[in-house]
Amino acid sequence: MFNSYTTNTLEYDAGSCINCGKCSTVCPHAVFSPGEKVAQLADPLACMECGACQLNCPTGAIVVDSGVGCAYAMMWSAIKGQEEVTCGCGDNYCCSPSPSILQLGKKK
Amino acid sequence: MNNTNMINVSMNDPASLHPTIRSTSSDITFANHRDHFFARMGVRRSEHRVEPGLYALGEPTPDSPVFASANYTLSFDALRRALVGVDCYILVLDTRGVNVWCAAGKGTFGTEELVHRIQATGLHKVVSHRVVIVPQLGATGVAAHKVKAASGFSVEYGPVRASDLPEYLRTRQATPEMRRVRFTLPDRLVLIPVELFLAPLPALVAAVILSILGGYMVAVAALIAILSGMIVFPILLPWIPTKDFSTKGFIVGALVALPFAWNAFYSVPDTAWWLRYSWVLIYMLVIPPVTAFLALNFTGSTTFTSVTGVRREIYAYVPKMAWMFASGIILMLVLALIPFIGGL
Ligand code: SF4
Ligand code: SF4
Repeated sequence: MFNSYTTNTLEYDAGSCINCGKCSTVCPHAVFSPGEKVAQLADPLACMECGACQLNCPTGAIVVDSGVGCAYAMMWSAIKGQEEVTCGCGDNYCCSPSPSILQLGKKK
Repeated sequence: MNNTNMINVSMNDPASLHPTIRSTSSDITFANHRDHFFARMGVRRSEHRVEPGLYALGEPTPDSPVFASANYTLSFDALRRALVGVDCYILVLDTRGVNVWCAAGKGTFGTEELVHRIQATGLHKVVSHRVVIVPQLGATGVAAHKVKAASGFSVEYGPVRASDLPEYLRTRQATPEMRRVRFTLPDRLVLIPVELFLAPLPALVAAVILSILGGYMVAVAALIAILSGMIVFPILLPWIPTKDFSTKGFIVGALVALPFAWNAFYSVPDTAWWLRYSWVLIYMLVIPPVTAFLALNFTGSTTFTSVTGVRREIYAYVPKMAWMFASGIILMLVLALIPFIGGL
């Protein structure tokens, strides 16, 4: 109850992992941690679907449907009938205030 | 562009093989501070830019490290300020004046632009090594192995925060703590001015309409609801119960509405009971969905909400918000119309 963040689109296939360590390096929420033989999925529910791990995994062991976790941007593109949600901050609105806190737009 | 100027390097310097390396320093001038202030206020949004290209900080040699940054003044200045006393190069990508993380999400701080900028600045002639240190949050747009394949440069992901760079440079290792993105009170506070900057007009329009319909008390309630959604909510975020932003917003809204409902019920003891109950209902129906909606929209400013979760929140709560709000407004309209149709 009152928790919509109990599931996400992150999928990890440990079978394809070559243990390069990139995913645990790039993840800003420590979802992956380095393992003995393969990367460990340590905290999957902390994933914010930024897509950094997928983009940097050289073997395609990670799949995640990445995009903007921004209600404003999502509702706005729904209203405009766009399929792809782009960061509503095209003009640098929600994004700009601090280099360390921002929200993400859709990856190409 | 403050604080930088073009220099022409002499011919026996390796850097001279490429014509434009701009110089910069770690000093943050008054003009920089003014620029940061306006950037944080959301004023002149497209003007906080740095010229893309290669910058020399201090007196770098061909062995000095290279740091990638965005051409947004807050990003660039945070980097050069953190690198005080470090001789290095800063490679500024053209992110159209957007900070690293957001630009990485959009793909402008990305593999393509990084490779292009490495080549356009002739970086391989400037430095003898083949490593570029990219802020970790840039990883959302950069595929390290693809950059390596296309440019020969290895991407090394630095810490999330520029302020951790000095320690990172000592060990060339980021601690798990340096790799985590946070959303601390200062992080949240700094977002409030931009939010407020967007609010006055809609808030004013709402207040005027509401004061005509239901009196000044309703207008005051609406303003307080909006302000609490934009100021109180971000501040209290981690301490408000429930995980969903919408339910957190409903809670804040209900707390804001209570005193108004109380006042509407007890301040007019000689009015009909149903009228007093109706006003309690109006406050409880109108205010919580407003704060809940603002709270839900705050997801875009946080550092941790996933698309999947936000989508589920939208489906679960936005229809409820709409219903509550509409019923409250209709009830208010009905009460406003009663005198005209001869009631009371
Ligand atoms: S990035 Fe891919 S290959 Fe490398 S450790 Fe993570 S899952 Fe394994
Ligand atoms: S998508 Fe982002 S938050 Fe999720 S596991 Fe990958 S890097 Fe971490």
